[in-house]
Amino acid sequence: MNAPLEAVPLTAKDFKSDYKPVWCPGCGDYSVLSAVTKALAMLNLRPENVAVVSGIGCSSRIPAYTTCYGFHGVHGRSLPAATGLKAARPDLTVLVASGDGDGYSIGGNHFLHACRRNVDLTYIVMDNHVYGMTKGQPSPTTEPDWSSKLAPGGTGLREFHPLVIALASGANFIARAFSGDPNGTANLIAEAIRHPGFSFLEVLSPCVTFRPEQRQWKDRAHPAPVAATDDPVRAARRILTDDGFNIGVLFRGKRPAFKTGGAAATHSPDDLAAAFRL
Amino acid sequence: MAGMDGPHASVSLALAGSGGAGVMTAGNLLLEAAAQAGYYALMTRTSGPQIRGGEAAAMLRVSTFAGDGQDDRFRILAAIDWQNVARFAAEIPLDAASLIIGDPSQGEPPDIFTRSGARYAPVPFKNLAKQHKDAWPNMIALGVLGALIGLPAEALERAVTKSMKKGVDAGIAAVRIGIAQAATLGAAFPLAKPSPAAPRWLITGNEAAGYGALRGGVRFVAAYPITPATELLEWLAPALAKVGGTMVQAEDELASINMILGASYGGVPALTATSGPGLALMIEALGLGVAAEIPAVVVDVMRTGPSTGIATKSEQADLSLALYGLHGDAPHVVVAPNSLADCVAATEWAVGLAESLQVPAIVLSDQYFGQARGVVDVPKQNGAAAMRSIAQASGEPYRRYAVTASGISPMALPGAPGMAYTADGLEHNERGTPSSQAADHSAQMDKRARKLSQLDPGEHWASVEGDGEIAIVTFGSCTGPAREALARARADGVHARLISVRLLSPAQPERLLRALEGVKRVLVLEQNHSGQFLRYLRAEGSLNGEVKSLRRPGPLPFRPGEIHRELVDWSRA
Repeated sequence: MNAPLEAVPLTAKDFKSDYKPVWCPGCGDYSVLSAVTKALAMLNLRPENVAVVSGIGCSSRIPAYTTCYGFHGVHGRSLPAATGLKAARPDLTVLVASGDGDGYSIGGNHFLHACRRNVDLTYIVMDNHVYGMTKGQPSPTTEPDWSSKLAPGGTGLREFHPLVIALASGANFIARAFSGDPNGTANLIAEAIRHPGFSFLEVLSPCVTFRPEQRQWKDRAHPAPVAATDDPVRAARRILTDDGFNIGVLFRGKRPAFKTGGAAATHSPDDLAAAFRL
Repeated sequence: MAGMDGPHASVSLALAGSGGAGVMTAGNLLLEAAAQAGYYALMTRTSGPQIRGGEAAAMLRVSTFAGDGQDDRFRILAAIDWQNVARFAAEIPLDAASLIIGDPSQGEPPDIFTRSGARYAPVPFKNLAKQHKDAWPNMIALGVLGALIGLPAEALERAVTKSMKKGVDAGIAAVRIGIAQAATLGAAFPLAKPSPAAPRWLITGNEAAGYGALRGGVRFVAAYPITPATELLEWLAPALAKVGGTMVQAEDELASINMILGASYGGVPALTATSGPGLALMIEALGLGVAAEIPAVVVDVMRTGPSTGIATKSEQADLSLALYGLHGDAPHVVVAPNSLADCVAATEWAVGLAESLQVPAIVLSDQYFGQARGVVDVPKQNGAAAMRSIAQASGEPYRRYAVTASGISPMALPGAPGMAYTADGLEHNERGTPSSQAADHSAQMDKRARKLSQLDPGEHWASVEGDGEIAIVTFGSCTGPAREALARARADGVHARLISVRLLSPAQPERLLRALEGVKRVLVLEQNHSGQFLRYLRAEGSLNGEVKSLRRPGPLPFRPGEIHRELVDWSRA
């Protein structure tokens, strides 16, 4: 099955593995998986040249559901693993999958620095405002009054605003998607992959098990009324004042991507030993 | 009477002063001059807690023989001034045969030094420096010290010419004033003639580890700055660029370790360097390296702990963390260099072990090695580095974690068609698919353990020297002083063995027991408070005969005299 594949154009199906997801029926992440596979087919990529890196959580199970190379690491550290991979192997297309707990809580520091470092990665965060895998605790994006066993009556804490943080930290591409629109999400993922530097895509992806009220998101999501800007000040104003369901590209930056990959060797290690010689 | 005997095979001296006095500059020049003159030499440093400008002491040992331990006593303590220098008294032991040199304009030497009975010889460094425009007191001290130990004036002058960016003429003039002054002190500690020099290097332990890493094939490094490992990273940054590698400064140690796992998953041998607090942060991800079978190397330049400890001083107290820190049953490699020069070979070897066994490897260096700069014989080449087994497409479905006799399964690298798999910290079956079944867990645990239990480290597992019914078992930077103690004991007719373990994990109890055959008494030597090495050897059943522990926490290094005494007393008890 190896050699002849090169010539055949691939479809989304070719990027889907035969491994059955652990997700609940109706989970938004199924649509994100579909959107990822569609985007990869759309971009004419080969699965062996794509790596999908993730941490821990429902969303982070995605790598094994694709036919790409996958890295399912520890909780919160998908961005560093992806950064190391892309820096060492700039020839690969590297997608990073995360959720609101993995990405914004335990992995929060890496989020800031990945935006700032601007390595050419595509960071897809499936945000459902809840910890699903541990069965329903509040995450950084959970509403302050959402009551749960761990935080009866709510946390009383204001939500984390990932898009503003991404903008302030230097992300080069910022978009919001809704999993209820897999084709739109696929287009946004493809755009994010094409854009150089660190591309951040926040996907509203409902958790129908622990947040059944999120089924209503389909009524609230709407296309962004204006085209993306490359001006961070305008982008900040829009992101801060929108209703949280503005779908589309919100910011397209022009920063050069982090320079990855070693240049050609000019010395052997033994050449370097000359400096030690007496 | 101070300094009337000789010639000496080894002389130890310390140069101290407050910030800006230039003691490190003068110390390094003295080290270079000694090296130029054909001697072995080692410089360690100690400093106060200030970020910059605090008191510091350069401690040198110049000798006709190779070695990287400190001696029992310092023959000379010279101070440009005495501000806070008394803090270093425990690190600079003197006796009645020692000479204290100080500038009388800076006050008398502190009691804590003169109490030793050492003779005090005033040298007006500041006033002497006024004799020549732009001359500095530290350069006068360089001349005094160099002359006292019998280094040729040309060697001192050459070191100044070679290393100083400006003020070479004033530097040389100051050195000459110092040399003339030394002749008036009525003391000398002349070194014996050096033996003909085989090729030698002047290197720090941190540079040595960095160089060893590159020789082992490392081409990706991600790291977060931490004392005393930072110099290793600063050496690697430009070096990696020259050999076609990549360096990323990470946002924290959690990022460093995960970055190198990512790079290594991509097929590029990768390393990070840190110290205890950083290693503690990396432990979870090291477990991922074990489960997902991703090679990675962590150099831990140990400092005193727990917590922040004493960041600038040495201790061998991360051993238990390195061996046992990982959660779950997580077989991995722990290697310890046992000399300054061995920082090259041990790190190179660790890279080869990590790559060929597809496991994380921890290299336990320490501050003593890392920040020491010394003359060493050119380190031997390890031979061809062990390589990672890379999977080739076979037409069969690829099984990343295939259960093999050796436990090693060829690894596919991203980019290779038809073999994509997900590297996973979740337990998995042979294909890499997550599995919660007992049989898969058991098979994968066995496979991962087998990689290490079947490792044949050859002669690399330890340095085994000497013979006798008494043995010292140690590791790391305790080895130098132990080796010297053994030589002294031999002169007393006490014959002993030295077993310095380089491969700490996987444990090698059979090899150790074989090396201990015929031994009745074992002295376990280590620089930590609780006897971590002793407990480990006991747990692995690696010891026989009567066992005694010689240990103390850092930062004071073991000195050959105390180990020698222990050997002789015990052998006669």
